[in-house]
Amino acid sequence: MSDNIVVQLQDICKTYHMGGETIHALQNVSLSFQQGSFWAILGHSGSGKSTLLNVLGCLDVVNSGSYILDGIDVSQLDDEALSDIRLRKLGFIFQSFNLINQLTVQENIALPLYYLGWDADESAERAAEIAHVVGLEGRLGHRPSQLSGGQQQRVAIARALANNPSIILADEPTGNLDSATGHAIMDLLFSLHDQGTTILMVTHTPEVAERIPNAVMMKDGQVDNITTNRIEKAGTFNGH
Amino acid sequence: MATNKRLLRDIRLGINTLLLHKLRSSLTMLGIVFGVGSVVAMLAIGEGASQEALEHIRKLGSRNIIIRALKPADENQQELKHSVMSVYGLHYADEQRISESSPHIKRTIPAKIFNKTVRSGGNALEARVVGTIPDWFEFLHNKLIAGRTITQKDMEQQHPICILSEDIARPLLAQQHSIGAHIKIGNDYFEVVGIVASSASSTGGVESPSQPRDIYIPLTVCKKYFGDRIQKRVTGSRELSKVELHQIIAEVSDDSLVESTAVALNALLSYHHPKHDYEVSVPLSLLQQAEATKRTFTIVLGSIAGISLIVGGIGIMNIMLASVTERTREIGIRRAIGARKKDIIRQFLIETIVLSMTGGILGIGFGVLVPLLVEQWTDMPTVIPVYAIWLSLGISVLVGVIFGMYPARKAASLNPIEALRHE
Repeated sequence: MSDNIVVQLQDICKTYHMGGETIHALQNVSLSFQQGSFWAILGHSGSGKSTLLNVLGCLDVVNSGSYILDGIDVSQLDDEALSDIRLRKLGFIFQSFNLINQLTVQENIALPLYYLGWDADESAERAAEIAHVVGLEGRLGHRPSQLSGGQQQRVAIARALANNPSIILADEPTGNLDSATGHAIMDLLFSLHDQGTTILMVTHTPEVAERIPNAVMMKDGQVDNITTNRIEKAGTFNGH
Repeated sequence: MATNKRLLRDIRLGINTLLLHKLRSSLTMLGIVFGVGSVVAMLAIGEGASQEALEHIRKLGSRNIIIRALKPADENQQELKHSVMSVYGLHYADEQRISESSPHIKRTIPAKIFNKTVRSGGNALEARVVGTIPDWFEFLHNKLIAGRTITQKDMEQQHPICILSEDIARPLLAQQHSIGAHIKIGNDYFEVVGIVASSASSTGGVESPSQPRDIYIPLTVCKKYFGDRIQKRVTGSRELSKVELHQIIAEVSDDSLVESTAVALNALLSYHHPKHDYEVSVPLSLLQQAEATKRTFTIVLGSIAGISLIVGGIGIMNIMLASVTERTREIGIRRAIGARKKDIIRQFLIETIVLSMTGGILGIGFGVLVPLLVEQWTDMPTVIPVYAIWLSLGISVLVGVIFGMYPARKAASLNPIEALRHE
């Protein structure tokens, strides 16, 4: 493997205890993702894909194994250090958008920058710049509740991009959208991928998954199948 | 600089969040408003009381014992029926007995006090005539406005001169050159030689020896012109009384001896006055009583303040806990994006402090208003000390920190994954 590996999971195990029962959410999962790649994480519910996404997103700590993100072993870090990794290296996109309603679009986009300590002017400038990339010009002063679902997801994508993350983690980003809007959001993600962004995306929807070049199939907490370059050229689908 | 800007941003965000629930926020603040208001009012009344007490002691003299003639109540009724003359009060000899009774008594000031009609030109006024000695003026600190006070020479030569208090001089001698004017007291003419400032009729609930509408004449002159008999017209009948002295003020050499000397004087006088036609009052002890009353007031207000602040603080904590539950998802989002636990604590703590401080500021307004009303309705003076404002602000911030810490920590300790799933 070359030096452009951005995520390296090695023998990751994660167990939960629920009412005296032990659930093996992840068992000896080893995966690596290259910088600039676009991956779909697939699997039935209970297959461990959500846990995998939480581990990748540094929201959950593992029982054993190592996780190297952008050259840093994050499996041994404490809460504060993990927060810092999330702040500097990761961007999240959620199914239900997860915007903060009392903040404006601009403030939502700039939220990571606030925690990074940027001053107000700089972050406003940066927010406007990203809003342009995701097609939200003229909406910066709005509240999320004043926007459509597709627009809200664009705000969430802009927020995920604000800190220039090493990877973007998306959890069913089209799940709450109608298919046309979902397509438009996927197109936006593809265009970001074309510009070199690494995207790892959990999805249930087959037609969404079909468009993503690489896929990890999870089953019973283990990696069932890995497919790479399923599609000759991801760019083919741009503009659809 | 950068941290100040950031703090301002956080405070603005906190204010915006609280404004989302205006009614809830204002109700939450009430406890703090009343608590801080009570603190300010308490300090204002306390400060006013202590300043007033100092003023009283200056005016009445902390080393004085005032002995006044008292018309015995039972005799009063009997005598009225016989309608002859009531004889009561202090004797000339009492003054000497008092001054000789103890080495601690520095001096005594006797006075004959009665009401007379005074006339000048076409004006007639009812005034209180005080026949006394030169020491009176030294002793009561009434400011001399014009002319002079009574001298030893006036006493010896028995000149018919008088000193007017300002409140008498103004209406009586409005158009005339005051000093050197002649006024008629009863049926005799007196020359005005001086005018003194009028003093308040009472000080802290204690009657002052000098009243606003006084005319002072030498004691010797008073004896010569008016004698010891006083005629008073009471509706339908005349009341005649014989009083040698109406008042004797004894000055003691030291504050600590006032009480014991007063007790000794009381014993001495009761031997010579079996009818008990006198009263002994000690301004110092009366002032101490007034002080004690005010201390009670302070304790009551202090308790109200303490309880309100605790209850207010608990109210704030309660609302912040509800707010944390309500905003679990927001907390999850912020944590996922990379907010550290201390960032979350900071956010909620700032919100609580904004809430409690706003309550504190409103409470200061309330606390400034209460002393004004107290002053309006009672005769208690109030002074709002500057430190009370800072103390109140400090207290409200402290309440915010103490009662905000638990909800803020609770918010920070939420598991981000579960918080994100929260509906």
